[in-house]
Amino acid sequence: MARAVTTQRKALNTTLAWIIGLLIFFPILWTILTSFKTEAEAIANPPVFLFFDWTLENYAVVQERSNYMRFLWNSVIIAGGSTILGVLIAVPAAWSMAFVPSRRTKDILLWMLSTKMLPAVGVLYPIYLLCIQLGVLDNRLALVVILMLINLPIIVWMLYTYFREIPGEILEAARMDGAGLKEEILYVLTPMAIPGIASTLLLNFILAWNEAFWTLNLTSVDAAPLTAFIASYSSPEGLFFAKLSAASTMAIAPILILGWFSQKQLVRGLTFGAVK
Amino acid sequence: MATQHSRSAARIMMAPAVFLLLVWMLVPLSMTLWFSVRSYLPLRGGDQGFVGLENFTRFVTSSAFWPAILTTLIIVGGVLLISIVFGILLAMLLDQPMWGQGVVRILVIAPFFVMPTVSALVWKNMFMDPVNGLFAHLWRFFGADPIVWLSDASVFSIIMIVSWQWLPFATLILLTAIQSLDSEQLEAAEMDGANPLARFAFITLPHLSRAITIVILIQTIFLLAVFAEIFVTTGGAFGTRTLTYLIYQRVLESQNVGLGSAGGVYAIILANIVALFLMRIVGKNLDR
Repeated sequence: MARAVTTQRKALNTTLAWIIGLLIFFPILWTILTSFKTEAEAIANPPVFLFFDWTLENYAVVQERSNYMRFLWNSVIIAGGSTILGVLIAVPAAWSMAFVPSRRTKDILLWMLSTKMLPAVGVLYPIYLLCIQLGVLDNRLALVVILMLINLPIIVWMLYTYFREIPGEILEAARMDGAGLKEEILYVLTPMAIPGIASTLLLNFILAWNEAFWTLNLTSVDAAPLTAFIASYSSPEGLFFAKLSAASTMAIAPILILGWFSQKQLVRGLTFGAVK
Repeated sequence: MATQHSRSAARIMMAPAVFLLLVWMLVPLSMTLWFSVRSYLPLRGGDQGFVGLENFTRFVTSSAFWPAILTTLIIVGGVLLISIVFGILLAMLLDQPMWGQGVVRILVIAPFFVMPTVSALVWKNMFMDPVNGLFAHLWRFFGADPIVWLSDASVFSIIMIVSWQWLPFATLILLTAIQSLDSEQLEAAEMDGANPLARFAFITLPHLSRAITIVILIQTIFLLAVFAEIFVTTGGAFGTRTLTYLIYQRVLESQNVGLGSAGGVYAIILANIVALFLMRIVGKNLDR
């Protein structure tokens, strides 16, 4: 039973929570607002909040000057490609660990987790060197593979925790009815596994989209995704707050929307099933 | 029951993932170990042969090492402290009945989805810029001299930026844990006359202890690797050079691969100590 709460208490909670929520959200809100200002308004003192001449000029300028769409496309390819590839490799592995566990399953899972703990900077030069020698520095495919490998442990883990929730009795029933391995996977497991797979795709797309160690260090021009594009704004000349805001808004908007759908999966995915 | 047939099928299905991660782990790791015992300067003479453990001693005796360790500890510790303390308070607040709970939760979690380079640049320019930043406006409004955040309070600024990104994560996980708390237990305690503080200390906090441990361990692993936030704000200047950043500079900026690799080995050992504790908790959860 929920405890009875007075309206007064509820109003107090609401006010406090909204104030804190808006405070935390404020930098994002401010960035979005600033992206619609002129550069002069963007740095005005006192700052203008809502009553300014709304303009889309910054968005046009950002696209024009830097060919924003190319960076966006690189982000989509790298994040999307690495996620899909990772899930394709992880589904069979997670499936077998969840449904045909052996004595070593736990060790394998924990070992996979341990590869995720390897600090990237510890293997920076080897990866950098390998990329140079294979001629794939600043190459989208190389980043697809690297980000796939980085997120593979999380993907396997997430899928494993989802698959394990599928009751084994259903599989036994299907087998009794004469279903082979193929039918079992195709008609019994797949429909039940789709929500888990979708959540995994979503969270890992977000993680790959925001990855900013390898994308900064292994790209320069051709394969640079949005993380690197935004970083190029770190040494600016002249007035640029509004343009920075426009570029930032475009880079985070799609992920903010996806992110709101993935709150629950975030907990499960990033705590490796330890908190649900 | 798993048959012999399905067992071998399972092994085959697991093989690609296991193989790829094995290669991904072993190849770079052994290369790092190899470089760490050699004098290797790609732009100044290349590989100059085996030097034993010289890189390891040079890395820890260089004047940059201890400050970097200290900075790392301050940043990791600061962010952990902020995100855990405020995370608990915020999670408890969000667990209360209120209007528009879903929307507030979305507002609070949003920063976690902002890519690190964006959040670092937005903070650096639009808030911390000593001339045009909002903080500068605010300071001047109260008649104070604006603070040059990223040079005069550089480490604190980095902690603030990184905390803004990780507080939502801690809050979300702690909120999930709080919601699984049996409210009848709290009610019983209340009826027995326990005050709010006692209820928090003896019921809520113990219930959260596992979630807190997990937040600490996971965040530590990510926070030890903080890179982009430093890369685009101070570039490691003004005392913000962490261990990760120091290694990055040794390896890519000054191209002293031997020395940097020795640093990398230290970073790997450090991360593994934390990981060991995390894996123990996660592993226990698997047995359930």
